[in-house]
Amino acid sequence: MRRTPASLAAAEPGPAHTIEFDGRPIPALPGQSIAAALWAQGILAWRSTRIAGRPRGAFCGIGACYDCLATVDGQPNQRTCLLPAAPGTTVTTQEGHGRADLDLA
Amino acid sequence: MPTSTSPDAAAGADRHERRDRYDLAVIGAGPAGLAGAVAAADRGLRCALLDAGARPGGQYYRHPAPELGAARPDRLHHHWSTFTALADRLAAHRQAGRIRLLSDHHVFLLEADPAGGGTDAADRPHWRLHASTGERTSQLTAAAVLLATGAYERQLPFPGWTLPGVVTAGGAQAMLKAGLVLPGRRIVVAGSGPLLLAAAASLTAAGARVPAVVEAGDYLGYARRPGVLAAVPGKLGEGVTHGVALARHAVRLHRASAVVEAHGTERVTAVTVARLDADWRPVPGTERRIACDALAVGHGLVPQLELATELGAETRPVPDGTLALRVDARQRTTVPGLWAAGETCGVGGAELALAEGELAALAIAGDPQPPVALLARRRRLRGFAELMAAAHRPGAGWPGWLRPDTEVCRCEEVPAQRITEAVEELGATDARTVKLLTRAGMGWCQGRMCGPAVAVLAGMSEPSADRRPLSCPVRLGELAQLP
Repeated sequence: MRRTPASLAAAEPGPAHTIEFDGRPIPALPGQSIAAALWAQGILAWRSTRIAGRPRGAFCGIGACYDCLATVDGQPNQRTCLLPAAPGTTVTTQEGHGRADLDLA
Repeated sequence: MPTSTSPDAAAGADRHERRDRYDLAVIGAGPAGLAGAVAAADRGLRCALLDAGARPGGQYYRHPAPELGAARPDRLHHHWSTFTALADRLAAHRQAGRIRLLSDHHVFLLEADPAGGGTDAADRPHWRLHASTGERTSQLTAAAVLLATGAYERQLPFPGWTLPGVVTAGGAQAMLKAGLVLPGRRIVVAGSGPLLLAAAASLTAAGARVPAVVEAGDYLGYARRPGVLAAVPGKLGEGVTHGVALARHAVRLHRASAVVEAHGTERVTAVTVARLDADWRPVPGTERRIACDALAVGHGLVPQLELATELGAETRPVPDGTLALRVDARQRTTVPGLWAAGETCGVGGAELALAEGELAALAIAGDPQPPVALLARRRRLRGFAELMAAAHRPGAGWPGWLRPDTEVCRCEEVPAQRITEAVEELGATDARTVKLLTRAGMGWCQGRMCGPAVAVLAGMSEPSADRRPLSCPVRLGELAQLP
């Protein structure tokens, strides 16, 4: 059997629920952060930078670097490595400062 | 005559006052903070234990949420039973009302309480702590404070380090321990320090292929002080355990080498590794490319001191090039009533943090004489920590792997060239001036990722203490609620 993090920790989580990432359904295990649920699907980027528009995702994993920001349930600039993935959470790739709605050029 | 509800209201306020007033506030629930809080509560002190995380344990004992149903969290850790024993003692003290655990509380401001200094602790100031929960602030007061805020990782930039799939070594560990996930299937581990071996061992145990561990320092440095090593056989044992695990998984250890570039467009697909000279300057012609889909990188840890340095606490230089709080034999900082333990006193690992947390608690509780064995353990482990720090100190030549367009500040997307211009053309001689001229370190993370690198690029030979009024970003709405 292939070793996995779940097999290493002998984890038997409850059934996966679903979050939404840029409109597509993503499974998330109960207790995982949003960033962890995205990593589990091989998704490593969910933000583009303000100046060069480059892709970014989780870097430090502990809430210090702010690289994992995304728009979560309509709120921009949320640290996805700290936020639990709740059933039905919607995550949207954040463009720039995430405040295009304010029309701040 | 006040209304008839006044006596009740007054009683409520009294209860509120009593509830939020503690003998000791411990900031940080990692090894040092946990050990300190339970030892202090053992001696009858009423403690508040505050931590920014959801569960106690800090980064070292970070573990899966209960909902993940991990039956064997011990396999993600060394000495897991030490944590479960501490957690049991914590639970008993919480039950008895001696410790109040405040999870998801990030202490952003520590101030001498203007209303403090009551008769119950005449020789100590009272402290007022302000914490953010992300939505609101909360306050409490305490006669003494034990700072056990740990450390964060030091990063040295290199071309491509902002690509998705490049993560910090500690971050890879944290995401694995808490979320049971990996950033990729084939993960190069690089940087400097013993965390790299631990990270590589746990990544392979969790099913990742680690083609290489790339260590910029040279472990031979340890061999120069055999006496210090012999005094901590446990540390050697851990090293051997990791080494055996890595050998079994055919992990190649490159010494005196560094990842000097990460390749890819949307995510990392390969890295270039080069040999380093004694100053960490890449040796031309030694480059080799290693395919991977993730890179876990870090150059040791930086003690997190903002709350103390803002109060004027004195620091000391550590041989790894960081600053730590200066403490006396009983873990007292130079600020009266403020104590520190663990990584805040210089990065030294969990075992040392446990010893220092307990020593601090005993002193705060008024024990006249600390146990001799505990003092000896701290001395041995601190000696090893200083040796380890010297072996992994970044060499002065690492900027040799930067290119003009290499981003140094990730938040503000400031390339190395702009920093060089600030130094060479605009006359900046310190990180603060570089920040004002280029915005490097002025973004979301407030320089926690680029600060050490910017300081070196600004020509600062010695680190200087951060002074920041608030230790983490706080919303204006939250600040507006402050009493």
